[in-house]
Amino acid sequence: MHFTLKIWRQAGPRAKGYFEKFTIDNVDSDTSFLEMLDMLNNQLVKENRESIAFDHDCREGICGACGLYINGRAHGPDDDVTTCQLYMRRFKNGSEITMEPFRSGAFPVIKDLMVNRSAFDKILQAGGFVSVNTGSAPEAHTTLISREKAEESMDASSCIGCGACVASCKNGSAMLFVASRVSALSLLPQGKPEACRRARAMVLKMDEMGFGSCTNIGTCQMECPKNITVANIARLNREFLYCKRSDLQ
Amino acid sequence: MAGILNAKIPEGPLDQKWTLHKESLKTVSPANRGGMHIIVVGTGLAGASAAAALGEQGFRVNVFCMGDSPRRAHSVSAQGGINAAKNYRNDNDSVQRLFLDTLKGGDFRSREANVYRLAEVSNAIIDHCVALGVPFARDYAGYLDNRSFGGSQVSRTFYARGQTGQQLLLAAYGALNRQVALGNVTVHCRHQMMDLVVIDGQAKGIITRDMVTGRIERYPAHAVVLATGGYANVYFLSTNSMNSNASALVQCWKKGAFFANPGFVQIHPTCIPVHGTHQSKLTLMSESLRNDGRIWVPKNKATAEHLREGTLKPSEVHENERDYYLERRYPAYGNLVPRDVASRAAKERCDAGLGINKTGKAVYLDFEKAVETQGKASIDRKYGNLFQMYEKITDNNPYKEPMQIFPAMHYTMGGLWVDYNLMTTIRGLFAIGEANFSDHGANRLGASALMQCLADGFFILPYTLPDYLEAEIGEPLPDTAHPDFIQASEKVKQRIHNLMRIGRRTPVDDLHRELGKLMWEHAGIVRSAEGLSGTFIELDAIRDRFRKETGIPGSDKTVNKELEKALHMEDYLLLAGLMIKDALHREESCGGHFRVESQTKEGETLRNDKEFQYVAAWEYKDSDTEPVLHKEPLVFSYINVTERKYK
Repeated sequence: MHFTLKIWRQAGPRAKGYFEKFTIDNVDSDTSFLEMLDMLNNQLVKENRESIAFDHDCREGICGACGLYINGRAHGPDDDVTTCQLYMRRFKNGSEITMEPFRSGAFPVIKDLMVNRSAFDKILQAGGFVSVNTGSAPEAHTTLISREKAEESMDASSCIGCGACVASCKNGSAMLFVASRVSALSLLPQGKPEACRRARAMVLKMDEMGFGSCTNIGTCQMECPKNITVANIARLNREFLYCKRSDLQ
Repeated sequence: MAGILNAKIPEGPLDQKWTLHKESLKTVSPANRGGMHIIVVGTGLAGASAAAALGEQGFRVNVFCMGDSPRRAHSVSAQGGINAAKNYRNDNDSVQRLFLDTLKGGDFRSREANVYRLAEVSNAIIDHCVALGVPFARDYAGYLDNRSFGGSQVSRTFYARGQTGQQLLLAAYGALNRQVALGNVTVHCRHQMMDLVVIDGQAKGIITRDMVTGRIERYPAHAVVLATGGYANVYFLSTNSMNSNASALVQCWKKGAFFANPGFVQIHPTCIPVHGTHQSKLTLMSESLRNDGRIWVPKNKATAEHLREGTLKPSEVHENERDYYLERRYPAYGNLVPRDVASRAAKERCDAGLGINKTGKAVYLDFEKAVETQGKASIDRKYGNLFQMYEKITDNNPYKEPMQIFPAMHYTMGGLWVDYNLMTTIRGLFAIGEANFSDHGANRLGASALMQCLADGFFILPYTLPDYLEAEIGEPLPDTAHPDFIQASEKVKQRIHNLMRIGRRTPVDDLHRELGKLMWEHAGIVRSAEGLSGTFIELDAIRDRFRKETGIPGSDKTVNKELEKALHMEDYLLLAGLMIKDALHREESCGGHFRVESQTKEGETLRNDKEFQYVAAWEYKDSDTEPVLHKEPLVFSYINVTERKYK
């Protein structure tokens, strides 16, 4: 297979970006999208041209490092996959493929297709955990959790922190990301005493980091590679509201 | 006590060693902890848990990770589960049984006392992870569920679907985040450790490269903890994440930390087979699938030929025509034999011409019977994400057609030599998780890696590290203007300069792929004296081409993936030589180290306990001198060293 690649280039956070076109031939249909980019980069090395910077690591859809905006969609045309799980057989031979970084105000571009998502870490540092010291846990079976609740928590906890929700949202909101962590924990009895503080602290941090507000569009759910649903956002709102009420009392 | 290696294994009965040892360890008072600085390199399960636990105690911790967030560390990819001796299934599990299974699984090449301690703390890990909010699988009554893994006859593996590593890492990363918020821990992302700073024989800091700006930075500390994972990516194609590398290990080795059993690597039996020439990595299909999946190839070559050509479907192969070779050869453990055994058996069948895909290098992992007896919903709940991952990669639906699998490079049991306190041969340098060597011998059992990482990080290092730090109370933080800091940082700059100026056009990937192929062929599933000794010349040739032909376009003052790859490659080339040397010197077969010269009549591993019951710890001298071997004899006082049978 062969393709024309239209790729966003940007030397640094403050540099002016532009699209650059490349062509690539002899791509096997079983090649993954990122392997195709590896091929292009090796081709560039052979021409003594600077390779294209993009984040990636596990290449099996779990680490959340990779994330490209491909032909106008986060993680490309397939549903429920990350960029690294996308295969070239999904594209029409000879077509042009446009690649951009995950753009958002809170995700400044570092270089080319690489963005800074450290705002996500900061949100989780504000409260995305159970405050238990090592060594103080009770016997595991003293905490019983129904299978349904555990599974529901697991669904929410499947978020990989890739940022597709933010990049796809017209408001640049991180609500789905925040909601997934808050839900995963609030569905479990562990950490209940701090649930209120958690929701509040994470939402405030999200606002502080420059993410937009949620207007219930639902694009985030559509584009989430891990099927995190907006029901989690409803749960987050509930937690947050309870929190405010108890604050007033 | 042999030579200069002192493992510091405490006296006393096996089941009391750790308890007695803890009582003897010195501690640092809370008032003094805030003045003591610790560096932790790596944020996988071992690094994140260690940093969190040390932060909780009140130490000042600087954490370094090469990803854009600690949550990306390779532990996230672990699928199947984590072992513990809870005995929740009432199937006669115990600390003793987990200890014995792990020791036997490692083919009696690990340290008895360390393995016992690992089994001993395993239950506390589950308690703590539940408290941290890990959504482990549960039964309808709300109790924790278990499944079985290879090399054991009990059901002791705790899991969160096929994403156990991810969920445990989120918990450890949460604990780490909490300490960041409290101001005890500082995380430095997108930083690669470039060198260790040793002053008067003590680890006193590290040199890093900021992977965004290219800045070379110096960080001082009272102690350094290495949690940088394994070195499977020497083989180019492996199940490890793309950025996982051996550079921190190799740099510490060069600074005086002995490297133990470098030739002990694990090849995982159930991975998606290699397809194209541009493939960048291999994908694991969790060992947990062997709970319900049955591995088979056809009985005769003609059928295999038809399957390869696609003129026959696997579902059309009659039951009598199938060879469930693991169930046939190992009736007691069946499909759940340890990984090394299953990998060799797959290779043996494929070498006999019974491989079932185009390349002839694949066997079936079949769920037909499991779906029939348990229903699709049950299988989907247990392995849903794995089936989806398989389908995305191969374009085949495992519910309709059996999975095709083949062994792939996965894990490294070898690592930096550490004593019972997890300290390397450099005072003040500790190694935890996959980065050390101590618990898995010549083969690691499934679901034991997560257990070891969290044991080291949550429950062992937080006790042993203060014992070292106690003597450092009052010592000021080393000055980064110290000549040793300056020299180390200048050396790093020079090294980068030397690589950048090669200025030719060969991509590092091309050379790395060649190195990987060489290692896979000669230091892979099967090794021979002839094969191993023949690799040195080829290794030299690749090294030579690397020095002369590598191309790194762009600048070193910005994100430069080619430079990062070249730095890793330089270290892989050095380590590959050591791995081969180690594999060559060990003239016996044990665990994943299978030497053709040393096998039983049935083709099983044949150990030579008389000559090789030791840990091989290699000391780096200099680039012109061969590494020197030091032996730590393995003494087994509480168990009988037996033949490792799974029949």
